[in-house]
Amino acid sequence: MTEALLSSLYIFVLAMFLGFAVITKVPPLLHTPLMSGSNAISGVTILAALLVTGSQQGPLQTILGVLAVALAMTNVVGGYLVTDRMLQMFKKKPGEK
Amino acid sequence: MTLREILIAFAYMMAAACFVIGLIWLQTPKRARAGNILSALGMLVAIIATLLSKEIIDYSMIALGLVIGTAAGAWMARAVPMTGMPQMVGLLNGFGGAASALIAAAEYFRYASGTGPTLDLSITILLTMLIGAVTFSGSMIAAGKLQGVVNERAVTYPFQQPINLVIALTILATGVYLVVDFGHPWVFGYFIIASLVLGVLFTIPIGGADMPVVICLLNSLSGLAAAMAGFVVKNNALIISGSLVGASGIILTQIMCWAMNRSLANVLFGAFGSTVVAGAGGQSAAGKTVRPIQPDEAAILLAYAQLVIIVPGYGMAVSQAQHAVRQLADELAKRGVTVKYAIHPVAGRMPGHMNVLLAEANVPYDQLYDMDQINDEFQRADVALIIGANDVVNPAARYDRSSPIYGMPILNADHAKNIIVMKRSMNPGFAGIENELFYNEKTRMLFGDAKESLTKLINEVKSV
Repeated sequence: MTEALLSSLYIFVLAMFLGFAVITKVPPLLHTPLMSGSNAISGVTILAALLVTGSQQGPLQTILGVLAVALAMTNVVGGYLVTDRMLQMFKKKPGEK
Repeated sequence: MTLREILIAFAYMMAAACFVIGLIWLQTPKRARAGNILSALGMLVAIIATLLSKEIIDYSMIALGLVIGTAAGAWMARAVPMTGMPQMVGLLNGFGGAASALIAAAEYFRYASGTGPTLDLSITILLTMLIGAVTFSGSMIAAGKLQGVVNERAVTYPFQQPINLVIALTILATGVYLVVDFGHPWVFGYFIIASLVLGVLFTIPIGGADMPVVICLLNSLSGLAAAMAGFVVKNNALIISGSLVGASGIILTQIMCWAMNRSLANVLFGAFGSTVVAGAGGQSAAGKTVRPIQPDEAAILLAYAQLVIIVPGYGMAVSQAQHAVRQLADELAKRGVTVKYAIHPVAGRMPGHMNVLLAEANVPYDQLYDMDQINDEFQRADVALIIGANDVVNPAARYDRSSPIYGMPILNADHAKNIIVMKRSMNPGFAGIENELFYNEKTRMLFGDAKESLTKLINEVKSV
């Protein structure tokens, strides 16, 4: 057990609790955008994909990396755009822009 | 730490803060859109910061991946109809999981040729691969079921549990082997295949009506895969964001399970909805008759009502009837009828599915009520209009211990003075259970496609 791993575990556990606290208050009305929006956040794995692809560790790693970048970017772009598309439809009064 | 590294670390911290604030803003519909944009900005900052790090030497391949991903994501987000949202989220979950799995594979090959990684690194690489692969294959099956490409019913097969056990043991055995001795790509290959098979096996036996739970669970797993990848590449931004998503998915999974009064284990292993439970608890269809209603008669009931509560279900999504529902509500509102919508947490195929469809049809969100908010109002309603919903209004859930949905909180549609059920035919709902509400003496059935029936209703209401 290295110290770095321990502090990462701290962050992991605390972020989970933060997530629980924040998400519990999201009303059911917005649960679908919550899913697609948090889905986009899980595309954060793209950061690791970028590092793997760009650091020239060998052809195999680069191929795996490019695939990961493309998939994660689809996740990020698709997730945020579709969430925005949904959220702009939620209006309090009919016809409100 | 060089200045560059410090700046990148700060950028990651800002990104994490943007994600959290974005999620907080998602707590009210007013700020939700701004929250999503803030979250996207956070992601942009994190991506740019990563591109500036000194480990990155070559940008050409990165550019290729980014262009493909951006194009595919933008196209999907535009092309998907609102009714297809559950599949879309399912697919994207799978992509996120696959990306994390690919990173695990790349990291594996980086260390496999050398002296091997430290113990914690090899464990986190394998965990990332396992969760990522399960998320990927599970999501593909779930999306296929939602799209109707894969059999939507709960598929069961002989020796189901023993086969699952064999797969689980294979994963465990190959995993332990690799932790002890990392440099065996073939063993790693078996580990990957077994993980993918596990994802398929765990989603295949789950029926369409339980898809909200599965989608939430896969959402959670895609976040956890990203968090695990963060442990592998030692990146706190990944750990924080991944665990936020993991927590979000767990909460939604729990809410869905509560809304069905079933445990997660029961959803995953219960093979709910594989067979039609005809006449559970003596509520047999035999000897009971339903009373049909014609659109003109239904229109009179609706037009002279004071309060109409509309209960939408998956059937509304299937026939894309949300716009027709809004038009009917408008016509009724013109005549002074109060119209409210009652949304059950598991109506549709994902949490909040009905809300999004009705929002698309321009229904103001303050007319959409959660189960707890509206259940006491049904007794004052002149008409409960049920559009393609079934199990969520089945009164058997209250008292019939033999019913598979016993204990599930339901909408009190049966308390309304009149009940009109719009339904395609008398086929039972997805849980495959007979619904005694249809045989209630206050209930009238309006048979036909929801959209066509609604169009007829709208015309009739206009001419009343």
